[in-house]
Amino acid sequence: MDYESLKLVWWVLIGVLLIGFAVTDGFDMGVVSLLKVLGKTDEERRIMLNSVGPHWDGNQVWFITAGGAIFAAWPIVYAVAFSGLYWALLLVLFALFFRPVGFEYRSKIESSRWRNNWDWLLTIGGAVPALVFGVAFGNLFLGLPFTLDELMQTRYLGSFWQLLSPFALLCGVVSLAMLAMHGATFLQLKTDEQLLVRARGMTLIAALVTLVAFLLAGVWLAFGIDGYSIQGALEPGAVMTPLDKQVQTGSVSWLVNYESYPLTLMAPIGAVLFLLGTGYLTLTHRAGLAFVCSSLAVALIICTAGFSLFPFIMPSSIDPVFSLTVWDVVSSEKTLGIMFVVALIFVPIVLAYTLWSYYKMWGVIREQDIHDNQVGMY
Amino acid sequence: MDETVVDLSRLQFAITAFYHFLFVPLTLGLAFLLAIMESVYVMTGKQIYKDMVKFWGKLFGINFALGVTTGLTMEFQFGTNWAYYSHYVGDVFGAPLAIEGLMAFFLESTFIGLFFFGWDRLTRLQHLIVTWLVAIGSNLSALWILIANGWMQNPVGAEFNYETMRMEMSSFSELIFNPVAQVKFVHTVSAGYVTGAMFVLAISAYFMLKKRDLPFARRSFAIASSFGLASILSVIVLGDESGYELGDVQRTKLAVIEAEWDTHEAPAAFTLIGFPNEERMETDYAVKIPYALGLIATRSLDEEVTGIKDLIEEHEQRIRNGMQAYAILQQLKAGQDDAGTIAAFEEVKDDLGYGLLLKKYTNTVTDATEEQIAQAARDTIPAVAPMFWTFRIMVGLGFLMLFLIGASFYYASKHVVEHQTWLLKALIIALPAPWIACEMGWFVAEFGRQPWSIGEVLPTALSVSSRSASDLWMSLGAFIAFYSGLLVVELYLMFRFARLGPSCLKTGRYHFETQDSNGPGVGVPQQSLA
Repeated sequence: MDYESLKLVWWVLIGVLLIGFAVTDGFDMGVVSLLKVLGKTDEERRIMLNSVGPHWDGNQVWFITAGGAIFAAWPIVYAVAFSGLYWALLLVLFALFFRPVGFEYRSKIESSRWRNNWDWLLTIGGAVPALVFGVAFGNLFLGLPFTLDELMQTRYLGSFWQLLSPFALLCGVVSLAMLAMHGATFLQLKTDEQLLVRARGMTLIAALVTLVAFLLAGVWLAFGIDGYSIQGALEPGAVMTPLDKQVQTGSVSWLVNYESYPLTLMAPIGAVLFLLGTGYLTLTHRAGLAFVCSSLAVALIICTAGFSLFPFIMPSSIDPVFSLTVWDVVSSEKTLGIMFVVALIFVPIVLAYTLWSYYKMWGVIREQDIHDNQVGMY
Repeated sequence: MDETVVDLSRLQFAITAFYHFLFVPLTLGLAFLLAIMESVYVMTGKQIYKDMVKFWGKLFGINFALGVTTGLTMEFQFGTNWAYYSHYVGDVFGAPLAIEGLMAFFLESTFIGLFFFGWDRLTRLQHLIVTWLVAIGSNLSALWILIANGWMQNPVGAEFNYETMRMEMSSFSELIFNPVAQVKFVHTVSAGYVTGAMFVLAISAYFMLKKRDLPFARRSFAIASSFGLASILSVIVLGDESGYELGDVQRTKLAVIEAEWDTHEAPAAFTLIGFPNEERMETDYAVKIPYALGLIATRSLDEEVTGIKDLIEEHEQRIRNGMQAYAILQQLKAGQDDAGTIAAFEEVKDDLGYGLLLKKYTNTVTDATEEQIAQAARDTIPAVAPMFWTFRIMVGLGFLMLFLIGASFYYASKHVVEHQTWLLKALIIALPAPWIACEMGWFVAEFGRQPWSIGEVLPTALSVSSRSASDLWMSLGAFIAFYSGLLVVELYLMFRFARLGPSCLKTGRYHFETQDSNGPGVGVPQQSLA
């Protein structure tokens, strides 16, 4: 495989990891962020926690692996994004800290104050990352204020607060609502009685919010935000740094890829249809299919963002020439090739045993299960 | 280059890594102990072994949660705080981290869910396999992390590419079969096994002293003492000094650990104890064991161990070469990339990193004064006294544990361990020893790597992100606050459940459930536990 194809393959693979993260860890973040909203009693909240109990840790590895893969395949993105978005990333990490300990420690002591505190911390651990990921993605479309010098040292000239622009916050809403919907849909599979009824209601509300916010963001992107485009000839298969190209902003829209490659329109259209499908299947009480629809909606919303940005990964708002693209942020051909082989071998294995673990733990969790296994359950 | 930012970034990395490694070794060791206990359960069908897996598994879980929490930071911290490092070596260093996620971390984390929640859903054999996979996953995880870390100490299989201004992988097999990484892996996981064994020994000793749940404690003790004995021997015999002749950083580290100021005739003597004096470059009141160092470090009688003074001289020459390399690199970057210039660069590019050491003193590098060069050469030697002492504390604790675990094994095999009150008490008092030894070991490895983040390639001072000192102060404060708070909670639960012992499983078979009262010495009302 040549360098150009490897560059594209890695764009796809990182997309796959991010989608894997959103589809799996997304529902457990959704579930815990709804802990206080849907769970009215201690038993109900324990049912919610145990619905994702055996899986949240494995799911979270998608996030960690995506981080590692970006380090290996797009080192300069890893460097620029995480040092630049320092406080946003630390905020996500601090919130995520509460999950492993919250899950593990919450039900170990039978004190309502202890448990109530952990419930709040778990809610933060679910909701804050969901929101911040959306805000971060939104900022990619606006460009981030970073520079690069010829030694490839990067400087970030913005602050955390500047990330909270209206468009980015709208993207945050898309992300939070999407994962709440996904979590609530998952709960439909794992709960019964009152909790199930509430989960259905929440799915409908969250799907609707996601739909409206997603469409709104699309309109905003089409009319209110300048796109970036590479100027002049560029040899996609060449060894290059981000400084080896010309970039312009303002001449095209972020939606230009959908004109050039109409097939990509399937992502946003599909996202809308699957959001509607999730709602419809929830209303008709078909939880399994609703969850499939919800997963696809999540995946396609992420694809929509990726397709719109392509080939850009992180545009610079200081000077478009610093912008990072699929062609110039990659590791060497050798590293990309080796890591591709590694991914080809291990991603299917991971998927296989992940599915096996879901298969083994399948089924509704009832209050009785919690009562029968007070010690072993979260 | 803001030195405060460099120092604070180092401090933040050190603190978060030290915290992380409070939890990792216990995970590594206890996971195998659980797997062994469960194997015995599956083979014998005796309920007590299943209860052992569940009880020690509960403590495992309390520890594991913070291992995951603190581990999250590690995956992203290179990007947040070491941006130039990430760019400069991501092509090589990122690979083992990503593979760790795909190959090891998924395995461990997916099956840990089944370990805790799958008891009623899996067959005995399936559950046993799951437990083994957790243990294997956590150890594979250590393997890939230590391959990454080994490369920082001895960066093999990589070359600098001036076009992209970074190190790029030239040989994947050299990277993974890096001898330094192999030695480190064995040493580190063995230390983890010792930690797991000491943990089980100390808590079982506590039950024995309290005369509670004796059959449970005896069996746990027996398994831990034999597993521990094998592990502590492995830590000591396969100590990673054997990796110390590989690569310049490792050679320097060795000289500093031993306070070898001068190169002596082979085989060198081992300085058992003494007081290193940095200014005079001498060790006061040194007590030496002839031949020992030569044997330990070079595994031979005729190879020299290079002394600090000679290393400084070597490094000064390499800094001069590095200045040339940097000058040629400037030409290459300016577009003057004819074959002659490239050939000239190839000649000296291995010393480019040494040139970069001067960035601390002059951003242009090539105009460094003689004084600056001498200073930079002196910088290549990490502070001797902290290295000398931490290493000796680690080794001393290692031998202490060898003695305790050896005695535990001896008395356990004679079935008289319950009567050795002194040993049981000593085990409880010595419980912190493996953690202290592990942290000292990491200190030696990483402080001893200074001034490099990647040995001979990239100076630490150049590796940092361009954040402000106030950013660093705040994030450092936040990390300390979060981690310390969580550690307090963790220790609270750990002590509470360890004191309760297997009674916390609520099977009705153990001490606090078979007695009317709550028993002596434990102020935990039973009904307050879930």
